Amino acid sequence: MKSLAARSSAFAALALSLTLVASACTVEGSGGGETGGGAEGSGDLSITFLPKNLGNPYFDTSSSGAEEAIGEFDGTFAEVGPTEATPDAQVSYINTLTQQGVGAIAVSANDPKAICGALDEAREAGVKVVTFDSDTNPECRDVFVNQADAEGIAKVQVDLVAEQIGGAGEIAVLSASANATNQNAWIELMEEYLASDYPDITLVETVYGDDDDQTSFDKTAALLQTHPDLKGIVSPTTVGIAAAARYLSTSEHQGAVALTGLGTPNQMREYVEDGTVTAFALWNPADLGYLTAFTAKALIEGEITGEEGDSFEAGRLGAYEVGPDGVVLLGDPFVFDADNIGDFDF
Amino acid sequence: MATATTTATTPSARRYADHGRPAWRRVLLTQETAVVAMLVLVALVAASSVPGFGQPLTLTYLLLDVTPILLIALPMTLIIVTGEIDLSVASVVGLASVLTGVLTQAGVPFELAAAVALLAGAAGGALNGFLVTVVGLPSLAVTIGTLALFRGLAVGLLGTTAVTDFPERWTDLAKSRIGVSNVPTVTVLVVVLVLAFAVLLHFTRFGRGLYAIGLAKDAARFSGVRVERSKLVLFVLAGLVSALAGIYYTLRYGSARGDNATGMELQVIAAVLLGGVSIFGGRGALHGVVAGVLLIGVLASALRVAGITSDVINILTGALLVLSVVLSAALARTRTRRRAHAAAPPGTPTSTPTSDTAGTSTGTSTDTSTDTSTDGA
Repeated sequence: MKSLAARSSAFAALALSLTLVASACTVEGSGGGETGGGAEGSGDLSITFLPKNLGNPYFDTSSSGAEEAIGEFDGTFAEVGPTEATPDAQVSYINTLTQQGVGAIAVSANDPKAICGALDEAREAGVKVVTFDSDTNPECRDVFVNQADAEGIAKVQVDLVAEQIGGAGEIAVLSASANATNQNAWIELMEEYLASDYPDITLVETVYGDDDDQTSFDKTAALLQTHPDLKGIVSPTTVGIAAAARYLSTSEHQGAVALTGLGTPNQMREYVEDGTVTAFALWNPADLGYLTAFTAKALIEGEITGEEGDSFEAGRLGAYEVGPDGVVLLGDPFVFDADNIGDFDF
Repeated sequence: MATATTTATTPSARRYADHGRPAWRRVLLTQETAVVAMLVLVALVAASSVPGFGQPLTLTYLLLDVTPILLIALPMTLIIVTGEIDLSVASVVGLASVLTGVLTQAGVPFELAAAVALLAGAAGGALNGFLVTVVGLPSLAVTIGTLALFRGLAVGLLGTTAVTDFPERWTDLAKSRIGVSNVPTVTVLVVVLVLAFAVLLHFTRFGRGLYAIGLAKDAARFSGVRVERSKLVLFVLAGLVSALAGIYYTLRYGSARGDNATGMELQVIAAVLLGGVSIFGGRGALHGVVAGVLLIGVLASALRVAGITSDVINILTGALLVLSVVLSAALARTRTRRRAHAAAPPGTPTSTPTSDTAGTSTGTSTDTSTDTSTDGA
């Protein structure tokens, strides 16, 4: 009896510690991995990108641009992110990055306020915070790298849709997630611009596809069912416009309902060629990632602090200057149509 | 029987021990102690081998992350001890989160919104309790249904929007620390609740009744334990504490969404089972559960800081849980076989009768302390 009890306890101890050994092995195996740990402060060029969600082709492109930039100045690149574009998921990742003591975090925020607390703690621990693509409240980050002027982005989409529907009619907006800072800013400006310059166009509804392909597809179908007189759809998100184009190109509305917004040339090429989409706009997300990485490097090395007027070099993109509110502007939006879409590969 | 004949021949001086094993064996050789030992071991290994883990900030984040799971694990332990289960706790968290968000957004002062959320949680728990005790349905089926019901209500109220505008006073309080230490303020609340539940489970008649319900419901009823009322109280408590965890979750992450805390019920149950509570009921102790929650928290935190993806973390946590359940079942079987083996020669006065049997435990020991005594002799 005693030996049986002893044997059971020994077996128990052995088996339970096997799990420990398994976890210890995985720890050692990746201990020297891509996430740079250790010393914080100037000089530690480990930059981690935290997009809205992983598996989003737009952010895959921006991260590849960032990787290119970080390779140029010999830093360490890492990318983490949630599978769904929610604000609370980003908080957990920011906390982990703070514990790891990375040099800088580059984040595209799912909400302007919710991640502020976590970002402030990161900055207190010496981590530099750069937002790109989608901003937070200005007090929680060091610099915001904006792809283009918000007014410019709103204007180009409204002008495109107005031109395509003949200046009058009903339009709807298919956005990303309901809290996304960037889309909400653009939609607000679009509504103002419509009211002032295109009084004959009515914005009937804004739906949210959550940057999820299937949800955006379903929301497009629902829009067309609910508003039979709809003449145009504007989608200021690359996932949304791709899903809407996919729906329209196989439906009876192809060619009758105009679709425009922000899309990537590679995703939109087939729909421009079959006539579903006439023209759309964007900038180069790889350049955005590239510039963000160089901005982070400048912050880590102390070259800039986010004050207006600070200037720094961004590799092949040239010299950039920090504008008011700590914003760095990449450039202007670019219009893609059937004439030039063959020239691009992203 | 055997004892009666012995006392007939020797009328005095025979002394019987209160327990079959010495106190140190009853306390230390239990599954709860094994979990506590694992926790200490994992924490030490992680602090020494994972860069960035052994800093004071880790303790803060760890405690903040673990708080909602630990809070919900407390009433969950009591429910599982009675042989029932409550799978709807995470949906109550989501519903409480959404209610707080919707009401705060509508201009209601946050304190009132939180109170409404707590009431809603208690009402949800009461619904569960009503269906299980009065209508007599199995708790597994009922709580799977209310899991979907409450989650549907939560998402229906808010859609995919997130309410993120909460008074800074409260969001700061949720994340603040005590003085200059690295212990979060909410830990005080957690410690108070852990002590309250520990007293309830281990030191009151109500708690002893729960173990009896878990082991033999009808025998408990005939012994005077109010089975239905106890279960109803437990489900209401679970709803209330889940709503509290939901309010804390909302403040901590600053975001009220319909899908907050999806899947948390599985993490809670995994931690409770790891802590030595038997899924069949009648066995378990709160200190094991606390250690189980912290063990999973430390392991997940250390692996995250080491850069391991969450899939691998889930695999390891799952393996740990399966191992612990299998081992506790195996140990229980060897214990029964040992007892049956010792019962083989009847009538000999070598067996020492004891005053405690499996299940009714006092203080810190649980029924793993049963020993070489026979039962039924």
